[in-house]
Amino acid sequence: MSDPEILFGIYCPPHPQPLLSPEASEGYGKLRDAFETCRKRIEESEADLILVYSTTWPSIIGHQIQGHPEPEWVHVDDDFHYLGSMPYKFKMDTEFAEKFRESAESRGLQSRTVAYDGFPIDTGSIVALKLLNPDNRIPACIVSSNMYANRAETIVLGKSARDAIAAQGKKAVVVVVSSLSNRMFTEHIDPAEDRIHSAKDDEWNKKILEFFGDGRLEDLSQLSREIHGQIRVQKVVAYKPAWWMSATMGQNNNYRGEVLAYEALHGSGGAVVVLTPSKGSVGDKEFDEDDVEHYHGDRGVLNTGAL
Amino acid sequence: MAKGEIVLGCLAPHPPHVVYAENPEQNEAFAEGGWETLRWGYNRLARKLKSIDYDAMVIFTPHWQTYIGTHFLGLPKFKSKSVDPVFPNLFRFNYDISVDVELAEKMCEVAGESGIVTKMMRNPDFRIDYGTITSCHMLNPEWDKPLVTISSNRNAHYYSPEVMNEQASALGIACAKAIEESGKKVVLISSHSLSHRHFVTESPLPEDMSREHIYNHSQYVWDMKLVDLMRGGKMKEVIDIMPEFTEQTIAETEAGGLTWMMAAMGYPEYPAEIYGYQSVIGTGNLIAAWDPIEATREIVL
Repeated sequence: MSDPEILFGIYCPPHPQPLLSPEASEGYGKLRDAFETCRKRIEESEADLILVYSTTWPSIIGHQIQGHPEPEWVHVDDDFHYLGSMPYKFKMDTEFAEKFRESAESRGLQSRTVAYDGFPIDTGSIVALKLLNPDNRIPACIVSSNMYANRAETIVLGKSARDAIAAQGKKAVVVVVSSLSNRMFTEHIDPAEDRIHSAKDDEWNKKILEFFGDGRLEDLSQLSREIHGQIRVQKVVAYKPAWWMSATMGQNNNYRGEVLAYEALHGSGGAVVVLTPSKGSVGDKEFDEDDVEHYHGDRGVLNTGAL
Repeated sequence: MAKGEIVLGCLAPHPPHVVYAENPEQNEAFAEGGWETLRWGYNRLARKLKSIDYDAMVIFTPHWQTYIGTHFLGLPKFKSKSVDPVFPNLFRFNYDISVDVELAEKMCEVAGESGIVTKMMRNPDFRIDYGTITSCHMLNPEWDKPLVTISSNRNAHYYSPEVMNEQASALGIACAKAIEESGKKVVLISSHSLSHRHFVTESPLPEDMSREHIYNHSQYVWDMKLVDLMRGGKMKEVIDIMPEFTEQTIAETEAGGLTWMMAAMGYPEYPAEIYGYQSVIGTGNLIAAWDPIEATREIVL
């Protein structure tokens, strides 16, 4: 199978402020402008698929892929409901969704498409698709983030996405919806005074953005466990977006990286980054973890080796 | 005005599977049954509730997760469809619920006065979570009582289960004070499983009970430890070991529901009524109730 054609990747935050209240702070406005730049890039590209991996769509039964052709609803965020409602109607590439599911299953993953009227599409996916593809000019696909999945499973999921893009000859833009540091303030704040929650979070975010700026996506993938321990609230088992993004985009450092914006979103780190495949590679990490091709499930250590 | 009171506390797990298996007209999916131990336990507790005089149900739900304080539903009616994001094949429930806004506002006010960050939720497009709907439907399928839904502030994620325990206790004490001042008779509902590790695969027929069992024995042993303490009326001890239990079993108690309810009820020293325990897709689910009136308190199981 030939390599898939991935035109570029976008890393963007899930919070609703850039969509619902960009005027509330200078930072939210800058993030909105960065989304707008990405929207234009997508429009000017020859993309025929926007593939979204959202950290705000958790799943349990394997990996869920949105399979409704035109999901439609009015969504309200659990925390930021007072900012307003988010009506949406998206156009999904259902044939790609089925191919993605098939590719995931062929690599040993549990996967299914979901196509139900009223299915609750998550805040992050809605923000991304409404700002990046407001007229539904390009069909999209959204995949969940399994709450129990760790590195091997996430890498294999990325490779499955790659398989499906290649098999259908798509020209894809890959979108990862995730914060950097994700610790928000636990009190209501004046948006005009928003800032990154702590100096440590800010320093780590800037280090990550240095890597992004240098196009070192696979190096970031290798640092995922460290990032999780340092600046991620322990809601899930691991920081997975860089694993999935790198696996989907080819597991290398060959990108032109552009950090379009980096701002606080109620204390968390929100960045809009574009990674465009290029020639030449930088990086100084030794990749000492296994490069997994097929997911074999849990090893069942509880049931083996017992006396 | 007479003082308000808590007339019953219910531990009411919300796997959508139990609503799916009941086949109510509001749910679009159809089941051949399943999880009878839980459903029949729920049916019996629902019958007990019919014999109790109360004005409203107050439910603390893990599936309205907030990180910026504790939020309360703040509009009198919500009508829409709730689709479970994890099990959409099982749960697509058309709901039409009433909210006791006066009581919700009182709780929000008293909690705020005690230093807890709070917010009223007044967006009419807000969708009610499936935890609230599942627990309330199973306890009151007629839906003839108004609700107050309280979001779960995720202190266990941001800090630790110990901090969760402290903050949920403070919220429970504040809610009890608000209930007292309201003059209303209230049923409290803590909506969650005990151990909460799921299988990540699902059988082709979800209600195939030949496939259902607890995720592992460790989870079961922990769950039974809690059941024994509840039977013995040792709820302070349950709350004291809650951080350890929560960490060891990835328990849904991490959201703070049981701690909130027990603090509101003054950590009962009388036995809980046990209505049933069963696993659902690997998680441990217990239905239990705390009846403050000795004359009506039962040994159910």
